[in-house]
Amino acid sequence: MKLEYTEDQRAFRSEVRAWMEANVPDAPLPSFDLTREGFEAHRDWERRLNEGRWGMVTWPKQYGGRGLDLIRWLIFEEEYYRAKAPTRVNQNGIFLLGPTMMEFGSDEQKARFLPRMAAGDDIWAQAWSEPGAGSDLAGVRSTCTRDGDHYLLNGQKIWSSRAVFADWAFGLFREPGSERHQGLSLILFPLTAEGVTRRPIASLDGDLQFAELFFDNVRVPAADRLGEEGEGWKICMATAGFERGLMLRSPARYQEAAKRLIALHERHKDGLPASMAERVARCWMDADAYALAIYAMCSRLEAGGTIGPESSTNKIFWSELDIALHQTALDILGPRGELTGSAPDAGDIGDWLDGYVFSLAGPIYAGSNEIQRNIIAERMLGLPRK
Amino acid sequence: MRFAFTDDQLAITEAARAMLADTCAPADLRRMLDSETPLDEARWSTIRDMGLTGMLAPEASGGLGMGLVDLAGIAEAAGYFALPEPLVDLAGVAIPLLAGLEDDRGWLARAVGGEIVALGHPANPFVADADVAAALLLDHEGEVHLVEREAVALTRQESLDPFRRLFRVDWTPAAATKVADGWGRSADRAALLAAAQMIGLGQRCIDMAVAYARDRIQFGKPIGSYQAIKHLCANAQVKIEFARPVVQAAGAEFCLDTLPARARIAHAKIVAGEAADLATRTAVQVHGAMGFTWEVDVHFFLKRVHALHRAWGTPAQHMATAIERIGTEPTGADCTFASELA
Repeated sequence: MKLEYTEDQRAFRSEVRAWMEANVPDAPLPSFDLTREGFEAHRDWERRLNEGRWGMVTWPKQYGGRGLDLIRWLIFEEEYYRAKAPTRVNQNGIFLLGPTMMEFGSDEQKARFLPRMAAGDDIWAQAWSEPGAGSDLAGVRSTCTRDGDHYLLNGQKIWSSRAVFADWAFGLFREPGSERHQGLSLILFPLTAEGVTRRPIASLDGDLQFAELFFDNVRVPAADRLGEEGEGWKICMATAGFERGLMLRSPARYQEAAKRLIALHERHKDGLPASMAERVARCWMDADAYALAIYAMCSRLEAGGTIGPESSTNKIFWSELDIALHQTALDILGPRGELTGSAPDAGDIGDWLDGYVFSLAGPIYAGSNEIQRNIIAERMLGLPRK
Repeated sequence: MRFAFTDDQLAITEAARAMLADTCAPADLRRMLDSETPLDEARWSTIRDMGLTGMLAPEASGGLGMGLVDLAGIAEAAGYFALPEPLVDLAGVAIPLLAGLEDDRGWLARAVGGEIVALGHPANPFVADADVAAALLLDHEGEVHLVEREAVALTRQESLDPFRRLFRVDWTPAAATKVADGWGRSADRAALLAAAQMIGLGQRCIDMAVAYARDRIQFGKPIGSYQAIKHLCANAQVKIEFARPVVQAAGAEFCLDTLPARARIAHAKIVAGEAADLATRTAVQVHGAMGFTWEVDVHFFLKRVHALHRAWGTPAQHMATAIERIGTEPTGADCTFASELA
């Protein structure tokens, strides 16, 4: 147990900090979920990151990374959030598909997809859920019919984050006639392919965070299947582990939000009840607790461990923390907490309100928290499935 | 940066755990209560022979010269088995205090050898295990006095926890009994180790709830197959999962003695207590009416948590430390570890 950074790790932090200070845009970029311009501005940021070789620091050098360990990845993320750098528009690619491809992809696929992913040339969306298969993901009905060295994709997907403007997607499809966890394959396809129709879905804040996708005999090379035919379920579960447990929500995001919350409380504390200080302290404690748990997890992974059902405990914790952080901020702001950022007198309220509204999705996406509780109960604690 | 125990640390924790599994089952606890023995002599001599009492004592004094973080895993195990003997307070608090004295009057060696030195720290109104102690470290206006058992009068104060024997201690301070000007970081040590015990106690409660839920049949199937029961258990486990690393970090950073390091101990005590509290109540709930009986073992663990949650600083006192820390020291993603703020 050694909770101290090495000199090399400190030097790495300084290097990241210097680059971020020189490169992070002064003004926030326009939303990537509202307009093509906002989306492309974020793609430009991804390109700039890649020019500094910061696209995905844990990946091997030949795929656009730096081959660094997970502790350095955490340091990178800490500096990234500290610098208020733009949200990663390619998070579905770099945080979910990337690690999955590293584990299950062929060398040819890695060489073809990963450098373009790291560079922001291909922005990825996830195409798993269907109208009849949300929490019960094994109920997907969309099909991949083998046709020589191609597949024909048919069916419908929904809740595909970023799919309104993204370039590629990774989807879960089944062999016609197969059932449940059998016969599933993970297939990569361009969202511009002939036969793909995208229909944006407005989220409750009016953003176009996700899309519905329709497939009408979409022809995809079999070489764009990730992993073996019929192994899709196993691969998706590995991806879900990365998503819930580690990559999607790094602790720095919440620690920096807690820091802003502490400053907000400091500015408004005259006139607030003393109990508000306790709520703020709890948010700070939980953000730090998440960070400590992730440092422990990364130390375990670096020693050869794997991500298990603890990814579900992480997902519950960060999603509930995100709500508590934003709710506390809005409660500090009092009756002004209903103002949107466009109200003339809103000041800094808009960001807290936007963050709060977004946090409400946290217990739903990446597998609802109720499903995570089932996973913890069954796989971690050993309670019976039925 | 390596947030993981060494193989040596894991080995000694595992050895202690295995010993307690053999010697400190609920049946053993019940036998002690029935026979009104304050201390299981056989178990205590095993603990002593394993060197656990002297883990933090200097090697020159017959100890193992280890650190507080090394004892945290043992304390968690002591909690898991609701160990009645005062191993944690003796090894983790009294012995380091004795080791820091200019003149320990021979008591360091005696304590390492398994003689109990009880703690009358001002954080707590009563002294635990004073009746089985050979000597007591007592507070007089902030000073530490070392007094032999024969020189004090004890009045038992019944705790909800039948294994915690608390006493009001009446004694007369004298210049000759004074051994130190202050208690140093005894309260921090004790709070951290109480937190570690509560992690173990909480985990035990979840494990008992799960075992019962797998066996108990209602509506034709195990109650553990119902989501209502699953989610109770899962929520308690989530709390434990995000308290344990805080306890471990607080143990590893103990040596820094800065406000961020002390606030991590406060954080650990608060969240371990809350996690354990939820776990105990979950265990009672999952056991249904049986959970409210003397016959089912859950209450032993619930009562220990109840006591430890408020001993060595109340949650409100620890919260004040956390609030002070965020108000006066930098926060943010680069400030997780106290070593970065030294």
